[in-house]
Amino acid sequence: MKLELRNARDLWFWLLPIAGFFAFPDYLVLGSQMLIAGLFALSLDLCLGYAGIISLGHASFFGIGAYTAGLLALHGWHEPLSALCAASLAAALVGLATSLLVVDRQGLTRLMVTLGVGFLLHEVANRASSITGGTDGLSSLELDPVLGLFRFEMSGRTAYVYAGSVGFLAFWFVRRLVRSPFGLALQGVRENAGRMPALGVPVRRRLMAAYTLAAALAGIAGATSAQATGFVGLDSLGFERSASVLIMLVLGGTGRLSGGFVGSAVFLCLQHLLSEHSPAFWQFWLGALVVALTFFARGGLLGGADLALLALRRWRLLPARSAGAGP
Amino acid sequence: MNFLGVVFDGIAYGSLLFLISVGLSITLGLMNVVNLAHGAFAMFGGYCSVWLTAAWGLPFLWTLPLVCLAGAAVGALAERLLYQRLYRASHLDQVLFSIGLTFMAVAVATYFWGPTQQRVELPAFLRGQARVLGLDLGVYRSFLVGLVVLISVALTGLIEHTRFGAQLRAAVDNQQVSAGLGIPVQRVFCLAFALGSALAALGGALGIELLGLEPSFALEYLVYFLLVVSVGGAGSVRGTAFAALALGLCDVAGKYYVPELGAFVIYALMIVLLMLFPAGLRGRRA
Repeated sequence: MKLELRNARDLWFWLLPIAGFFAFPDYLVLGSQMLIAGLFALSLDLCLGYAGIISLGHASFFGIGAYTAGLLALHGWHEPLSALCAASLAAALVGLATSLLVVDRQGLTRLMVTLGVGFLLHEVANRASSITGGTDGLSSLELDPVLGLFRFEMSGRTAYVYAGSVGFLAFWFVRRLVRSPFGLALQGVRENAGRMPALGVPVRRRLMAAYTLAAALAGIAGATSAQATGFVGLDSLGFERSASVLIMLVLGGTGRLSGGFVGSAVFLCLQHLLSEHSPAFWQFWLGALVVALTFFARGGLLGGADLALLALRRWRLLPARSAGAGP
Repeated sequence: MNFLGVVFDGIAYGSLLFLISVGLSITLGLMNVVNLAHGAFAMFGGYCSVWLTAAWGLPFLWTLPLVCLAGAAVGALAERLLYQRLYRASHLDQVLFSIGLTFMAVAVATYFWGPTQQRVELPAFLRGQARVLGLDLGVYRSFLVGLVVLISVALTGLIEHTRFGAQLRAAVDNQQVSAGLGIPVQRVFCLAFALGSALAALGGALGIELLGLEPSFALEYLVYFLLVVSVGGAGSVRGTAFAALALGLCDVAGKYYVPELGAFVIYALMIVLLMLFPAGLRGRRA
């Protein structure tokens, strides 16, 4: 147990975004989108991978965060970090309110409630166009330099480092969280909600806390996206975003934190390459990929990588790992 | 449009929702598969009808039986090849798989027909308005309501008075015991899925005039179908009918009387109903 807590292997993969910063200076805008999507997928992982709540409306919180940051910037609050906190708070409040609806329900009803909340908020943003700009969205947001030093510019350098830093901090926080007694309780609830009360775990409260925290993190992702792109659109609340973040997370692998970042990087990379041909072409192969994932690769890319490593070890092609240091 | 006109439009809309959703209700109640691709089956029916009228020059009404057959065939094929592997999978797997399938269907529809709205040519006797008891009713909408009433009566007969219906009801209640009694549960599943797909395809074709037809149909209306099923209670035909009518009425009335709220009414109603009746209005499972 102690060994596992000290095991910092999963932090190594954060060297990749740092390497990416120097290796692909022309693709930093895409890179910052990957990091933001990764952060969003991380928030869903807390909800789905650890607490076991499937959400079809997770974009609600991303959108709330994005609109909060966008509206603050539009109405004279140009400081980005405090706007990030405000966005996270707003998303957390909505998350707390909806968690009351979500945690008491099971199966299809729970799915439908998350879906319904997502569509409801999308429609609210669509109709309240005097505030949200409707289908035009909020554009040309003005922001102060981050920490008074780094201005958001066209090349995406600031956006990349900003999204990366926010993403890393969130990752570090969630990593601590899921290894705490709270996180272990969540995993217990995911595996068997009926038995956890016998261990003295207040299941409902734990699930509500997890859902609210996931909402807060999704709000941070949305706000980061609004600040990095200077734009908030109606699509930030849309069903397609909820579906794509689910796909990114499952593509990378659920319940392992880094899965969301890996999945979103691969997803956006594929999208970038395939949609050059035509958007429909990309959509078709995305669908095929998802179908193939559910049939052949339940654990996602990282799950597949684990299996491959295991196979290599079994065939003595790699040295065996010392016992007890599993991921 | 007066109050009765709104009610009539709501009933027409609701009966269309019922026609498309009843298949989803059966698959969900029977096989416990969350099939988000159900809207894609309806869309398939719509495009099938458009293709038959355009390529073969068939009149719209003649395409309907063919659309049903095509829907049933595609449904049976999908069930045997794909869905039957998912009966024991988690909801997450089912959701992902069917979202993937929907994305593929949307892409294929965009590839062949482009993103624009499709139209069908209605026969002359179904166009226009008829004056009944001082009320102007759309002829096509009346035709639609009549057809759906006939289909519901036939469906109720099928489920309540035939051997297949008895097997279906038994399988919904308890799969294992039914299989133990020698009911071919696999075949019942396949037939039920094909039936549901055929009705969805028919609904998609009939709905071109009311709902429109474009590649985003599969996702746009999906939430309505899911809504009908979850509010009505999965596996219950009567519950589905009731929910479809109620939601059709509320949606039309909401859009007519408070257009500035748009679809907000229907989503809010759905959340409230799901809170009050977590297992649906006539659901069998909590």
